[in-house]
Amino acid sequence: MTAIASEFSSSHRIPGWLPPVLLLGVAYLIVPFIGTSYLFEAILLPFLALSLAGVGLNILTGYAGQVSLGSAAFLAVGAFAAYNFNLRVEGLPLIGSIILAGLAAAAIGIVFGLPSLRLKGFYLAVSTLAAQFFVQWALTKFSWFSNDSASGVIDAPALSIAGIAFNGAVGRYLFSLTVVTLLTFLAYRLVSSQSGRNFIAVRDNETAARIIGVPVLKTKLLAFAISSFIIGVAGVLWAFAYLRTVEPAGFNLDRSFQILFIIIIGGLASIRGAFFGAALLVILPLALSRLGSFLLGDVFNSGVLDMSQRIVLGALIILFLILEPDGLVSLWDRIRKRSAAVFGRM
Amino acid sequence: MVEFDWLFFFEVLIGGLLSGVMYSLVAIGFVLIYKTSGVLNFAQGAMLLFAALTFVSLVERAVPFALALAITFVLMVAIGIAIERVVLRPLTNRSPMTLFMATLGLSYIIEGAAQLIWGTQVHGLDLGIEDIPFDFGGIFISQFDLFAAAVAASMVVLLSIFFRYTRVGLAFRAVADDQFAALAIGLRLPWIWATVWAAAGLVALVAGLLWGARLGVQFSLSLVVLKALPVLVLGGFDSIPGAIVGGLLIGAAEKLAEVYIGEYVGGGIESWFAYVVALAFLLVHPSGLFGQKLVERV
Repeated sequence: MTAIASEFSSSHRIPGWLPPVLLLGVAYLIVPFIGTSYLFEAILLPFLALSLAGVGLNILTGYAGQVSLGSAAFLAVGAFAAYNFNLRVEGLPLIGSIILAGLAAAAIGIVFGLPSLRLKGFYLAVSTLAAQFFVQWALTKFSWFSNDSASGVIDAPALSIAGIAFNGAVGRYLFSLTVVTLLTFLAYRLVSSQSGRNFIAVRDNETAARIIGVPVLKTKLLAFAISSFIIGVAGVLWAFAYLRTVEPAGFNLDRSFQILFIIIIGGLASIRGAFFGAALLVILPLALSRLGSFLLGDVFNSGVLDMSQRIVLGALIILFLILEPDGLVSLWDRIRKRSAAVFGRM
Repeated sequence: MVEFDWLFFFEVLIGGLLSGVMYSLVAIGFVLIYKTSGVLNFAQGAMLLFAALTFVSLVERAVPFALALAITFVLMVAIGIAIERVVLRPLTNRSPMTLFMATLGLSYIIEGAAQLIWGTQVHGLDLGIEDIPFDFGGIFISQFDLFAAAVAASMVVLLSIFFRYTRVGLAFRAVADDQFAALAIGLRLPWIWATVWAAAGLVALVAGLLWGARLGVQFSLSLVVLKALPVLVLGGFDSIPGAIVGGLLIGAAEKLAEVYIGEYVGGGIESWFAYVVALAFLLVHPSGLFGQKLVERV
């Protein structure tokens, strides 16, 4: 976790802003017209929500060095807060609900970030589990949060902004894409700002950071707040755009680990890393189930799939930690550099 | 005003203390590994599940009790050695957090493998101890709980003797104190780590059998790790007495809270109450009950 945000090296002929802009162009102008509904529903929508959650956790864990095992709690807070603001505040536009949901998640994040002022490392990681269990308990226990719905599963409201309805898979995709793009851009600006540098200073050496005048406590709480805000909004996307329902059960400890795995595999302290990691974690189960049923046929039922998925995921984590500690991002950069060198020689 | 029912209070308290012993048993497995290698082994719960599942499946296939125990133990030792070889050795000198995340991956692998091999159905496990409550002057205590407590106590005594009076135990302590100094006087670290992981495997086996007899052997068994973590936070990651006292405290506090506070908030607070207790304590005393005070050098 010592790598500083790797930026595009300036020696290339391609300017740094070009690849993301091109990618966005493709995502906005080409994908909606060629994508199938399977692509949107099963791959792109979860990918976008998880990427955003990864970006959020990366700010806290990758940049500020505070390991959190409770990300799913903040996803849940975001999803449920947005649902309740939307339900209970008359005439509040969707954007308002989403922002308020993010703020609610940030507030909860600050509360559960308070132990970070005294605890470090494992002690802090374990204490973030408190958030995970408490939030899940509160959401299941008090039916007010789910508007007293008998099953605890509630339908998400339709997405519409200023009279434009984002219905259907493509609409929800474009909505998610816009939110993710916006927040990712802000996160990117943040990590290259003074606050972002403060995060890295606190992560690398707290005492030294304090000596050079970084307000350590404020910085940690800020990291918790911003990270929880982003994860909270990701929770809104997860519930409103991807699942179309809001339920506490989906935001369990496994989801928290999934988001942690996203940033480990993608690359800690890298905004791009979250997207790489999320892509792999969304596609892996799908690919595995295809491959499994192709190779083994009927033996490969859902139970076996679930277990082999766990094994592959666990093995991937260990492999990445051993062989590629900086994640897919650094692998990608190396491949790009090599191929650039090869093409340069030709 | 209603008379406070002291008898009931003591029954809850003792029940809590005894279930706390079960938490301690899991926590000891963590402490063993943390003390000697500085790794918080999240896979301890998965190892516990693996051991219990293997043992039960063997017994169900008509393998005699003692033989099944022996086979499972050998398997746990083999897993311990394999983990040292394949996972820990390549990660030598990496940050403790990296190692922790590796054990997170490890827990996924072991859980997946255990259930892939033995299936996902729930197995009953009968250790031949009847769960009849004893009557101690009006206070009822489960016989099984007493047995578990006795096992845990003897484990602790055995481990303490092992650490204090044997050469291997001395080597463990040397490594725990200072890895470089231990290397310098010729202790072989990889061998010691493999032994520690094997010992943790043994603890996992014992804890797995006791917990398995209690809850049934199934996936949720690996979640007892989540019960052990607040115990560790409270007791300090590197202290066996801490794990014991922490376990007792958490067990008692949890049961008392569930009975006396739980009804006001709708019950089910067991899932997080332990964490709150541990956190509240840590805010006052950051190194835990018995944990070593860390002096951080720049």
